[in-house]
Amino acid sequence: MSRAETAVPRELGELRTPSPLWTFGLLRSELVTTFRRWRTLALLAVLAAVPILVGVAVKIETSDGSSAGPGRGGGGGGPAFIAQITNNGLFLVFTALAATLPFFLPMAVGVVAGDAIAGEANAGTLRYLLVAPAGRTRLLLTKYATVLAFCLVATLVVAASALAVGAVLFPLGDLTTISGTRISFADGLGRSLLIALVVAASLIGIAALGLFISTLTNSGIAAMATTVGLLITVQILDQIPQLHALQPYFFSHYWLSFADLMRDPVYWDDLTKNLGLQALYAAVFGSAAWARFTARDITA
Amino acid sequence: MDESFAPEPDRAAPGDSVIATHALTKRYRGGQLAVDGLDLTVPAGSVFGFLGPNGSGKTTTIRMLMGLIEPTSGTARVLGRPMPRSSRAVLPHVGALIEGPALYGFLSGRDNLIRYDAADPTADPRTRRARVAAALERVGLMAAAGKKAKAYSLGMKQRLGLAAALLQPRRLLVLDEPTNGLDPQGMREIRSLVRELASDGTTVFLSSHLLDEIEQVCTHAAVMAQGRLITQGAVSDLAAGARGRLVVTTPDAGDAARVLKEQGAADVVVTEDRVTAEPPDRDLAEVNAALVTAGVRVRGFGVERASLEDAFVALTGEGFDVAG
Repeated sequence: MSRAETAVPRELGELRTPSPLWTFGLLRSELVTTFRRWRTLALLAVLAAVPILVGVAVKIETSDGSSAGPGRGGGGGGPAFIAQITNNGLFLVFTALAATLPFFLPMAVGVVAGDAIAGEANAGTLRYLLVAPAGRTRLLLTKYATVLAFCLVATLVVAASALAVGAVLFPLGDLTTISGTRISFADGLGRSLLIALVVAASLIGIAALGLFISTLTNSGIAAMATTVGLLITVQILDQIPQLHALQPYFFSHYWLSFADLMRDPVYWDDLTKNLGLQALYAAVFGSAAWARFTARDITA
Repeated sequence: MDESFAPEPDRAAPGDSVIATHALTKRYRGGQLAVDGLDLTVPAGSVFGFLGPNGSGKTTTIRMLMGLIEPTSGTARVLGRPMPRSSRAVLPHVGALIEGPALYGFLSGRDNLIRYDAADPTADPRTRRARVAAALERVGLMAAAGKKAKAYSLGMKQRLGLAAALLQPRRLLVLDEPTNGLDPQGMREIRSLVRELASDGTTVFLSSHLLDEIEQVCTHAAVMAQGRLITQGAVSDLAAGARGRLVVTTPDAGDAARVLKEQGAADVVVTEDRVTAEPPDRDLAEVNAALVTAGVRVRGFGVERASLEDAFVALTGEGFDVAG
């Protein structure tokens, strides 16, 4: 028996024949690691606080019996649906999602996505994951899956918090859609879940963008700041009328289309445009991230 | 990396090399030539010392061997397979400590190891906890396993990094400056651990800038300077480049020199009460007896072994601790 051979199998792990399932160990580890971080929990706590603030504010403002926001005077202020909250707590879910989608939710996603690769590079843990060997494509897919899981969890945290606050502070019951038809509370609950899923899906684009930026640098902070900076820039550009021709390609352009799910019948046009656009961003920046990460020298 | 998955690289035949590079070169984008035409051969079963001052290209070489950096030109084979193409097949058999440990500060020592183990798709999750515990035990970190890694001292981090390299039985261990940050007791423990692993048949590739460390544990060594390989071979052969000298301490230096020449010693040098010479090819006890018989009063008699440092100085004409 050669010396090289004696080196291989000892008491543990005889010639390892790996099960294909073992490859998901990294995803599990990634999910556990991400959701156990204080930073992630703090982001989720901030997101959970938004519906509480909105709910309490509406409650205080309407405690004299008036209705909130634009509902009465027809003014432009306040997120969508805010006028209906006093009639039905379920509307707080829609209001909270409309309030967090333009900034809080994508910012949180930008932080997690931007840190995904760059944070590991910054800490030096990236080289040990790669020599483990995690495999570059596998690691990137795992990271993206985890960021997407965070998109979903973050959105559900907002929705759940809003539902709880709405149920405590306001009456629940049948509700009126934007089109004026009445739907049952159960139907309304189903639609809010669907809306939460659409909102989570709206974040796919920025998640891919953040992951791509994350592969460009060894500084987690820089990647996070760049992603959030891009988010703000795009949100501003989306308001400039002269850029009309470009705006349909901004990842945030169709975000608020989720409100169309509250029409009866549902108006699908912008919803499908939004989902298509998110898929396009995921494909373009996902490929870019892959091309960059698999070819890159890991010097950190 | 796109090569289909094969858990076991081709077995190296006895006497085969575990690491073999041919004209391995890395030029960074800035134009800096970090590694220049490296031909390195690490025999199976050796404890291989990889020596060189900081900035001599050791770490870049190690990163190329581990598939982290793509060579500009040349080839590198690890366990008989080309790198970085066969990373997925090769790396599960390689434990590595590269440029110091890197840990998740917010995770405990144990959870750090569990995470690194989970990153290896060939690691059996059913034995994960047992293997992690065994690795912690082996580096003496069991008592601190539950502590957050950010609370670890540098030495403890170093040990945890080593434990990560020992999560599986490995055919090759690549240890970059493994005793950095350790106290003398810790250094001794790491050295005895390296010897123990080597006696199990694991090939150990050990980079260091500490010559005595290499001398104490390594069977083979290579010396790098400014991106080029200066020499490589068995440590005994390298040291033989600057052979040991016979040293006689005596008040009768003149007589001693004469007797030594008669006994066949060459290059006899007399300095006050010290006579040094290249030892003759005969039993040194007889040489000593001849001195005493000739009436030379011998105070000291012995061979000063040539150190690797002597060899290094002879090779490069410079001291070893050259700043990078």
